[in-house]
Parts: sequence; structure tokens; C-alpha cells
Amino acid sequence: MKKSIFKMFVMATAGLVFALTGVLSASAATPKRGGILNFVVGSKIPSYDGHIESTFGMIHPIRPFYSLLFRVNPDNPADPTDFLCDVCEGSVPAGAKGGTEYTFKIRKGLQFHNGAPLNAHDVKATFDKIVFPPEGVPSNRKAMFRMVDSIVVPDDHTIVFTLKFPSGAFIPAMGMPFNFIYSKKDLDDNGYDWHKKNINGSGAFIFVEHVAGSHVSGKRNPNYHHEGKPYLDGFKAISAPKMSIRLQAIRGDRAAIEFRGFPPKARDDLVNALGDKITVQESDWNCALMFTANVRRKPFDDPRVRRALTLAVDRYEASQYLANIAIVKTVGGIVFPSHPLAATAAELEAMPGFSKDIEASRAEARALLKEAGADGIEFDFNNRGVDQPYKVVGTWLVDQWRQVGLKPIQRVQPSPQFYATLRKKHDFDVSVDFNCQSIVNPIADVTKFLCSAGNHYSGCENPKLDEIYGRLLRAESQDQQRVIMREFESEAFDTGGTALTLWWYKINPHRSYVKGWKIAPSHYLNQSLDQIWLDK
Amino acid sequence: MLPTLVGAAILVFFLLRAIPGDVCEVRLAGSGLYVDEAEIELCREKLGLAKPLIAQFFDFITGYFTWDLGDSMWTGKPVTEEIGIRFPLSLQVAIMATVVAVVFAIPLGAISAIKQDTWIDYAVRTFSIAGIAMPSFWLGILIILGLLIGTQHFFGTPWMPPIDYVPLYEDPLRNLSQLIWPAVATGYRYSAVATRMTRSALLEVLREDYIRTARAKGMIEKIIINRHALKNSMLPVLTIIGIEFAFLMGGLVVTEQVFNLNGIGKLFVESVQAQDFAMTQQLVMLVVLIALLTNFVVDLIYAWLDPRIRYG
Repeated sequence: MKKSIFKMFVMATAGLVFALTGVLSASAATPKRGGILNFVVGSKIPSYDGHIESTFGMIHPIRPFYSLLFRVNPDNPADPTDFLCDVCEGSVPAGAKGGTEYTFKIRKGLQFHNGAPLNAHDVKATFDKIVFPPEGVPSNRKAMFRMVDSIVVPDDHTIVFTLKFPSGAFIPAMGMPFNFIYSKKDLDDNGYDWHKKNINGSGAFIFVEHVAGSHVSGKRNPNYHHEGKPYLDGFKAISAPKMSIRLQAIRGDRAAIEFRGFPPKARDDLVNALGDKITVQESDWNCALMFTANVRRKPFDDPRVRRALTLAVDRYEASQYLANIAIVKTVGGIVFPSHPLAATAAELEAMPGFSKDIEASRAEARALLKEAGADGIEFDFNNRGVDQPYKVVGTWLVDQWRQVGLKPIQRVQPSPQFYATLRKKHDFDVSVDFNCQSIVNPIADVTKFLCSAGNHYSGCENPKLDEIYGRLLRAESQDQQRVIMREFESEAFDTGGTALTLWWYKINPHRSYVKGWKIAPSHYLNQSLDQIWLDK
Repeated sequence: MLPTLVGAAILVFFLLRAIPGDVCEVRLAGSGLYVDEAEIELCREKLGLAKPLIAQFFDFITGYFTWDLGDSMWTGKPVTEEIGIRFPLSLQVAIMATVVAVVFAIPLGAISAIKQDTWIDYAVRTFSIAGIAMPSFWLGILIILGLLIGTQHFFGTPWMPPIDYVPLYEDPLRNLSQLIWPAVATGYRYSAVATRMTRSALLEVLREDYIRTARAKGMIEKIIINRHALKNSMLPVLTIIGIEFAFLMGGLVVTEQVFNLNGIGKLFVESVQAQDFAMTQQLVMLVVLIALLTNFVVDLIYAWLDPRIRYG
């Protein structure tokens, strides 16, 4: 009897302690208001216009001033298919009329920072600028909206997008973080260039100042349409091009976070120096590091030589060891690894260069090179003069190719010269290449592998890829898309000049007092800052 | 002065355009995102890069006559505005480093010369040779790491200098807590050069006949050094100070990066990296102009220090 009373007492005490702990941890998770978030940005702002720029140096400091029609779920940004309404109301609509019509309801009572109301006409003016810009007006991503036929506003709070054909690429393209909603009045009164140098958004923060080369600061928007947000009083985005400065800034608490990502060594240094004052978030990154063989040049016009290049590379070993020193990690096909359209491990292993039996692959590579009369050739390998991950992975690739008797000579060039070689001069045998996109939109992202694409540099010709892609673009169901994607992937790997190495890996060590921010698979995503709070 | 400026303008204009690549490639294709080739062409047209080279050169040169130095090809803002933001910081660091250098160099150089071949001389020479041997950016990295590790060790919380600039008149303490470290890092090397120059110049003057005469007639050593020797030994020191000052105004390329200073040197690096021809051209011209003006001022001070010098 005594024992059972004692047992009950112990259980009750344990229960009470457990309950109290739960209450305390729940209260610790309750967002606190106030404070200024200082963060560092490693790139520069060209202009403020999201519709024409493509650098995270603009997105990180400027995105918090703007709203989007809808966005990736800030509480679940890791899921590439989870979108939430921002200025639209309810949930992101599914396509009607066989996937060719999307109707969005716009929230009522929205306003821009200058007090002007925001309604469906502003959303239409924004997407007209992006999708159908007048001649001479730049719109960097209009090709992503080639499926859009018309944009109509039936009333002040409804907007309808009609597509020429159903496309799985439409919704992710609409959710891109560059699609800032502009005021129609601003566009009408001030022209299409006004937003390059001026900011009038409806985002969580109101623009305060931009000191070129130094910082951008913003203050809380009291009329923000997501109730109770933002939690911060403001933010300051400090420009710091050197990685060592960004790292030391977090260590010395001059900045709380850097949203792009650090290499593993930097993460380890911060954790060793600061212990539990640093929290680390990690994710696969929607950037793939690749190499492209120049099929305009011999012997790379021979598919056997190109196949040998990819067979020589041990991606699985690299995933284990290279990941300790570089921002790459995951072995994957042409689709972002955790997306439903991505190849499974078994599907991947069946593709050239992805077999786990590296000795057999390398033996095949040597045989192919011999057959093509290219064994032991010396070739020029163009690389970009940026450490992470280009120079690290480039040096590893040199070693991999040497294992099959090839003799690559690495030529590291600063970015402008690297691009000139890749895009204009074409004076390379093999080059490092990469595909880095903002939102995970596999159907749009894989255009990089089309020989006819503007950002494909091998010089190959393959109309079959265009034909497969045409079907992929129009496939309605995900099952259909998946089947066609495999066909596309196989054809691209078999005949194209571009091969994958590893997908990038995003590592964000930040001060532990930064709460509410969740890592996304891209450094462009989840940057509205409205869910962030400081536990100080 | 004018031929030098014209020569510099021609050189910088054509050399920049001889390098492959342009700002539109870097800006639109640099991030690896999808980019339409037509957008890059549109960007080139808007920035005037599609014009013939000679027409671009004509625009560049006529800008000086209309006081329109053009817009940055990266930000689209006027070059003068971009430089204007950075100039006060670079000027302040240059002045502070010069003060650090002069405060150390002249007394140390003089003592070293007066106490030639004593332990004091050896100590000063070791100190100055170390300063010359040590790159200022490396010293800067050591200073930042030393501050972080030292403050964490002694106070439990790592501290580093601010990484964003506040003007001196807005917040003097914060301004100085940011700029004193780069001033020390660059001032040390600067002072090392000036110390050695002061020492050798003073030693040379101390061997002159008029110094021997002053000593022979019993003049106090302090007066000999201060009034007769030091002033006359200042000519080469002044040249060094002038050259170094001009260098600091545009040449702190790496040190500004190390301390994240938003100065002319950092802008220089960013402009070159972005192939921003308009900005790089004007920055080169600014540095050439500063070097010429500094030389001019040094020449005027020469005449004041040594009345025998006259410019015809």
C-alpha cells in the first residue's frame, strides 16, 4: 500500500514537473515583440526593382518591403509545394477549366506604405509588367510565364489568370519572391523605371533608408495585413561582401544572421566559439553544381567522351567527404532532390554516372575514351574564381578525371571573364556550370538542360529534348509529369553536354535569439521577415 | 597635370574594355538564375554598351565638360553620389592613419637617429622593419580576431568593431570605435616607412657642416636637433607622407574589405568585380587627381620648409 502511494506521489510529481516544463516551453515559444534584427548580406543591390534583378543582394534587404500574391509557407518553407496566400485570400487556388484558369480573391482593406489602397488592379498592373512588358521594358523572368494568355480583373478584389495550356510550372512561377506587388498608380504616374530607385510596397516593413554600400533599414509596418505581424520593430541589412566579416559579425553579435549560407567550416567555428548561443539550420539547396562539355570542340563532340566525363565522377563519395569542406552534399538528378518529381534513389542509380559501383563506371569510362581515341587527353577546364563551391568542387573534379587518365588543366577566372568564356567566347573544353533558382519549380528549372535554352552552354543540338519538354510543360497531373520528367532526364544525361555533380547544401548558423525563421531550400525564399522575433 | 589626366583617361577607358565580360552579364546571369539573352541585350542598350567604342569614349570625355560624370552601371545612381557617400570615410581613415603615422614616425625616427647604434635604435628599427614586413590587411585580421578572442576570454562576450559606418558628427564614439582599428593597422605600416625615412634623413643632416659648426660654437643639442636638423630633414619624410596619403585615399582596397569599411577602396573592388566601367573610370580618375593634388601640396610645403626652393 505504502509502495503504491509512494509510486503515485512520484508519478504525480513527475507529471506536475512535465506539465510545468510544457507550460514554460510553450511560453518561451510565444513570440516577443520589438527589437531590431541586424543581418549581413554578401552581395550588392543593383536596383530595387524585383522584376528585373536576379541577385539575393537585392532580395534580402528589399523583399521585406513588398508583398507577393502568394508565397512559400513561411512556417514550412522546406516543402516546395506548400504555398500560402499573401495578398490573396483563402488558399492558393487550383486551376479550373482543365487547369487553364486561376482565380485569386484579393484581401480587402490592404494598403501600400504611402496609404494608397491595394486591390486587384494593382496585382494586374504588376503581372502585366512582368508577363507582358511593353517593348524596351526589361522583365527578367517573363519567359517563365509563357503559358499565360490573359490577366483579367472582373472586380476590384478578383483577378483571373487564363493560361494557353495547363502547366505545372505556373503556380511556382507566380510564387517567385521577385514578383513584388507594385501600385498601379505608381506605374501609371511614374513609369516603369520608377521602382528601380524608389520603394512603395505593402510588406511587413516600411523603407527607412539605404546608404549605398553600407546598409538598408526598415521599420515596422503598423498596417501590415497579416494580423499581429511583424514582431520586429525594424531591421538593418548590413552589406558585408567578405565572408570572414559576415562570420565574425555573427560571432561578435554585430549581426544575428546571414540568410545565404556558410560553408561547414564556418558553421563549426561559430558553434565551437559560441556553443548554444548559435543555432544551425541546414537544408538541401535549389542550386546544382554541374559541368558542361563544349560539343563544338573535339573530342567533346563525341558522346562517348562526354559520357566518360560523367562516369569518372564518384558522387556518392563526394557527398560524404566533400560535404565537410564545401557547400555541396546531396546526390540527385535534374530535379530538386526532395521534390515529388525527383528521381528516386533506384531510378538515379540506373543513370550514367550515378552507379554506386564506381570502379565499374571508371572502367567503362576508360574503355569509352580509348574507343573514341581520347584516352589521356589534356583539356582546358574553365572554372569560376569563387571559393564556395566552385573552386573546391573544381579541384575535386580534376582529381576525379585524372582517375580515368584524363589531364584537365583548370583555368580559374573572375566571374565576368568566366561568363564571357561560357556565354560568348565558348573557348573552353569543359567548364564548371550551375543551375541556381529561386523557387523550386522543376518544370521551369530543367530548361537549363535544353540544348536550345539561352542558359545552356554546351552548344549541343537535340530537338528531341524540346519535344519531350513541350509535353512536360503541358502535362496536367503530377503522375504524368513524373513519367515525362524521367524521359527528359534520361535523354538529357544520355546526349546532352551538361552533367550534374552534387546539389548545394545550405547551412545557416545564426544567433539562437533569432526565432521564427525557418530555412528554405533557396536563399531567395522566406525573406519577408514578418515571422521573425528576437528572444532577448 | 593636364597631360597626366588625359593620359590616364585614355588608358583606363580602353584597358577596361579590353577585359572580357560586362556588367549586364554579371548582373543578370551572375546568380545562375534563368536569364533571357534578349534581356541582357536590352540591358547593354540601356547602358550604352552597344554603342561603338569611340562613341562611348566621346560620351566619357564630354562628361567632364558638362559636369556629368555619368551613372553607375550597377546601381543607376550618379557616380558623384556613389563616390560622395564613400569619400568622407576614406578621407577620415587616411587622416587618422596619417596622424598615427606622424605621431609615431617623427619622434621614433628622430630618437633612433640621435641614439644611433644603441639599444633604443635597434628597438626602433626592429619595430619599423616589422611594420614594413607586415601587410596592413593581415594586421587588420589579427586585430579583429584578437578583439573577438580577447574580449570573449576576459569578459565572456566576444566584441568586434562596428561594421557599419556612422559619421563622426553623429556618434563620435561609435565612429572612432570602428575607424581606430583600420587607422592603427594602416598607420603602423605607414609610420614604419616614415620612421626609417626620418632616421636616415636626420642622420644625413646631422653630418652636415652647419650642424658641426653649431655644436662647435656650443649651441644646446636640443636646439640643434629641433631648430636646425629636424626641419631640414623633413623634405624626404614629407614626400613619403604625401605619397602614402594619396595611396590611402584609393588604395586601401584590402584593408577596407577586412574591416568592412564602406570607402573608396571597397567601391573600387566592387566596381571592378561588377565590370561597372562608368564607376571604375571615375574612381581611377579621382585617385589620379588626388595623387596629383597631393604632389602639388607637397611641392608647396617644400618651398616653405626650404626657402632655397623656388618654382619658376
